[in-house]
Parts: sequence; structure tokens; C-alpha cells
Amino acid sequence: MLSIESFVAISLIKTVIALFVLLTAVAYTVWLERKVVGHMQNRWGPTRVGPFGLLQPLADGVKFMFKEDLIPPHVYKPLYMAAPMLAVVFALTSIAVIPVGNSISIGGIQTSLQIADVNIGLLIILGVTSLGVYGVALAGWSSNSKYSLLGGLRASAQMVSYEIALGLSLVGVLILSGSLSLREIVDAQSGTYWGVLPRWNIFPQFIAFFIYLMAAYAETNRIPFDLPEAETELVAGYHTEYSAMKFAMFFMAEYANMITVACVASLLFLGGWHGPRFGPPLLQAILPVFWFALRIFGFLFVYIWIRGTLPRFRYDQLMAFGWKFLLPLAIANLVVTALVVAIQS
Amino acid sequence: MHLILFLAFGAVCVAGAVNLLVQKHPINSALSLVVVMGSLAAEYLLLGAEFVAAVQVIVYAGAVMVLFVFVIMLLNAGEEEETKGSRVAMIFGIPGMLVGSLLIAWVLIEHSGNKSLAAGALPGPPKTIGWLLFHDYLLPFEVTSVLVLIAIMGAVVLAAAPASAGGRKD
Amino acid sequence: MVPVSYYLILSGILFACGVTGFLIKRNIITIFMSIELMLNGVNLSFVAFAAEWKALSGQVFVFFVMVVAAAEAAVGLAIIIAVYRTRETLNVDQVNLLKL
Repeated sequence: MLSIESFVAISLIKTVIALFVLLTAVAYTVWLERKVVGHMQNRWGPTRVGPFGLLQPLADGVKFMFKEDLIPPHVYKPLYMAAPMLAVVFALTSIAVIPVGNSISIGGIQTSLQIADVNIGLLIILGVTSLGVYGVALAGWSSNSKYSLLGGLRASAQMVSYEIALGLSLVGVLILSGSLSLREIVDAQSGTYWGVLPRWNIFPQFIAFFIYLMAAYAETNRIPFDLPEAETELVAGYHTEYSAMKFAMFFMAEYANMITVACVASLLFLGGWHGPRFGPPLLQAILPVFWFALRIFGFLFVYIWIRGTLPRFRYDQLMAFGWKFLLPLAIANLVVTALVVAIQS
Repeated sequence: MHLILFLAFGAVCVAGAVNLLVQKHPINSALSLVVVMGSLAAEYLLLGAEFVAAVQVIVYAGAVMVLFVFVIMLLNAGEEEETKGSRVAMIFGIPGMLVGSLLIAWVLIEHSGNKSLAAGALPGPPKTIGWLLFHDYLLPFEVTSVLVLIAIMGAVVLAAAPASAGGRKD
Repeated sequence: MVPVSYYLILSGILFACGVTGFLIKRNIITIFMSIELMLNGVNLSFVAFAAEWKALSGQVFVFFVMVVAAAEAAVGLAIIIAVYRTRETLNVDQVNLLKL
């Protein structure tokens, strides 16, 4: 058992590292998106700052920090100020329970690659992401402008609706692994089916995976479900009235949410950090983290790919899709999974 | 440590509840209620009820209160209008309330035994709660699900635009 | 170590705030929020008692209270929307058609 001081120290170090990695990942996801979408549209994307435009996120960050921070006179100030902070705080919080690999030992101290190993990890992620609605809704309301209000209303209705399908799609996985702890869910996916197919939840639960993917796109307000910020009709939706760092916070929140969703999908459906391990001990320690990062990269790429491919839904189509298609499908999948598990046991 | 945490979150709770009463605009009241619910979730965690705490955040703070905020935004609810209460209620009500609550607090402290709870006194892991729900409390669980179904239908019927109002154009 | 009575007093304060809000507030949405506050106060005492008597039933009961509260909020907000549509006000003093 660790003493309380070393526990706090280790947790602090882990938090700092996780936040640093996450924020860097957010910045480079933006770069990746611009680059990939650019190539899909026969453009080059950012090229000027650094090789392949790799320093573009840094330049953007500097620009956001030094821009004038306009506060329109008609806003409701306390909530207008608080909304972007809420959005970014809730978006960054869920990283705390996400494990990125097995435990490692450094200098004789055994520690898991996770800030807090809690046995209700998945519930905490669901709770924190469901609180993320407040940032968007309050931004829309407090801006006191019709576009923002419409964007905020759409966002909150959409996120509450798709949260149900999202939650139900995860229940099937929970039935299979019998735990809410993310680490145990990943551990339950080690091994193979019939010696060839990895024992990932995506194979028995491919319908749930599909539902999760759709609902996650809606939860993070991404194309084809980016109605809250549909620029052709709502200027920029809930963040119309925001500028400089406050706008950047919404931006960061969106990409951090994408990364969280990708993490949860990899952990629950794709076997987390499982993958071939070989080579010297150091490589063996790093490889799981690498496999995990690779999965997340894959998810982010699919996100961007879909953004470059699909047009936006109409709002009534979006609601009908969520309530009349995804939700019944999720319930059916849940019932079938429960029946199969009950018969097998 | 446990006492300090209890007092800190309890103070946040009470401050949020009082703020709910004081604020004139419903959205401020709604947000202070969210704060109350969040710190209550922390109190549950202190008692070891981890599943209840998570459900508190997901259901109350994440769904019910979002619904409230949504309705406030939708109806564009403004500042509350004051209406005159009765003078007698003001004169006798506030001292009476103070005396009453002090009395209750005294009774609770004096007569509820000397039991004190350690941090995480009764762990409520999801597995045990689920087992209880689906074995000992299966009938109430099913009845609740019927209640929720009725509530869904009631909400849809009530909130749907009346046909004459031109809510549906097709 | 925290005595059970502290939890009960906190829950009592929350409940009292809820009752007060229910009585003095005039906005129908805030009145609904006061009801939620009362339910939350009661939930806290349920969890505290569950811990005192080492019976998980208390926590299960909180679960039921939450479900009922969610159902109640859905129906209640639907009623609020219906009232607003016909009366165009959220002030309960002006929803008085049945009054002589």
C-alpha cells in the first residue's frame, strides 16, 4: 500500500502527463482534420508553418491567445463567461478514468497507466459527458442571439436524445463482460475466438458498435449530425457570439470529446490495448499504449473521413433517426444479447 | 478528513439550495440546483454509495436538469414577477421556521443515538444493487417501468401541439 | 467519522429549502425545481439510513425515487409547456381560470 503523499504525487504526475498528451492530441487532431479533408477536396491543407504544416496548431494557439476577446453588450455575462469553461472542463475530465495500458513499474513503484482506477469508470464517463450539454446549452442561451439560441436548443435536444441510444448500446457490452470497470472490460477481451479471431466485443456486438458510432457522432455534434452549428443556416450555432480564447475552448472541447469517444470505443469494442507484444522489455511495455493510440487514430480518421463524405441531415431526420431507428435497434440488440447470455450460462 | 469533506460539500449543498430560493431568474435557480445535485453525489460517494452517486449525476444532473434548462430556454422564461405575500406569514413564519428547525436539529442530535458513519460506510457496488433490483425488488421495478411508460405517453400527449393550432402543417 | 444526525440535518435543510421555494416562488418552473430539491433531501437521508443500518435496500429505494422523479419531471414539464401555450405566462398567480 502506498503512503498518501506518494499516492497524491503519483496521481498529480499522471494527471499532468495525461492532460499534456490530451491537449497535444487535440491540437494535432485539428491539424489532421484540416490535412485529410484538404486532400479529400483536392487541396493541400496547411503547408506553410513548419514541414507539412506541422506547426500550424502552435500558430493557431498563439493566434487564439492574442486575439481580442470580444464580449457583445447584450449577453448575460456570468453564464456567457462560464459556458466555454464548463464545456472544456467536462470534456477533459473523463480522461481521468480511461486506462491506456497495463500497469508498469518505474523505480520499484508499480502503477497503472490510468489516473483513477475506479470500478464504475464507464458510468463516470457517461455522467461527465452528459454534463457536457450544459456548456453548449448555456452558451446558446446566454449569448442572447437567435442563432445561438437555436443552436443551443438543437444541441441539448440532440444530445439528450442520442444519449439514450448511446447508453443502451453499451449495455450489451456490459452484459458480456459483467463489469463497469474499464480495465476489467478490456481484460475480458483478451484471447481469441477459435484461435484466430481476437476476442473483441465488436464481433458479437457489431450492431451495438454501429449504434455507438452513430450516437457518438451525434453526441459530439459532428457531421453528419452537426445541426447545432450548421453554418449554412445558423452562422455558427451556439458559439456564434464567441471569439478568441472562449471560442478556442469550445473547439478544444469538441475535439477532446471526439478523443474520449474514440477511447471508449476502443476500450469497449476493440479490445483496448491488446495486440502483439514482442521485442525487448522496454518495447513490450510501450507496445500496448501504441496499439491503443493506433485504434484511437483509426477512429479519428473515420470521423474525419465521414466529415469529408456525408452531407448534413435535416433536423427532423436527425430526431427520427435517433428515436425511431437507433433506439429500437439498441433495445432489440440488448434483448437478444441478454437472451443469448442467459441461455449460455 | 471525512468530516471536513462532509462539511465542505454540505456547505456547497446548502449554498446552492439557498441560492435557488434567492435567484430571480429560473436559469440561475436551475444551475444552483445542478450544483446541489453534484455535491449530493459527492456526499453519496462519502457514504460509499458509488452507484447511487453515478446515477445521481447521470439521471438528475445530466437528464432531468437538462430538461429543465431546455424548457426554460424554449419558453424563454424571464425574470420572476414578485407577488405580495401576506405580512402575517412574514412576521410569524421566519421566526417560527427557525425555532422549528432548531428543535428538529436538537432532537436529531440528542436522540438519534451515537452512531457515526465512517467514510464508505456501506459500499453499494453496481453488482449488488443490480442483484437486489432484479431479485428482491423485481415487482416494484416492473411497476416503475410501467409508470415510466405511462409518463412518456402522458408527456407526449401533453406537449404535442394541438391539431387546431397548426402545429403540424402536413 | 460523521454522526448520522449530521447527514439527517443536511437532508432536513435541503428539504426545508425545497418547501420554502415551493411556497414563496411564483415561477412554475422554479416551483418544480423546489420539488426536485425536496426529493434530493429525502434521498440523502435514505442513503444515510442505509449506511447506518447496513441495509442496501435504502440505496435501492433511492434508485426508485430517482426514476419516479424523472418521470414526474417529464410529465410536469409537458404540463408547463401546455399551460404556457394556453396562458402565455409562467406565473402561477395568473393561472387562475378556475378561481371565482
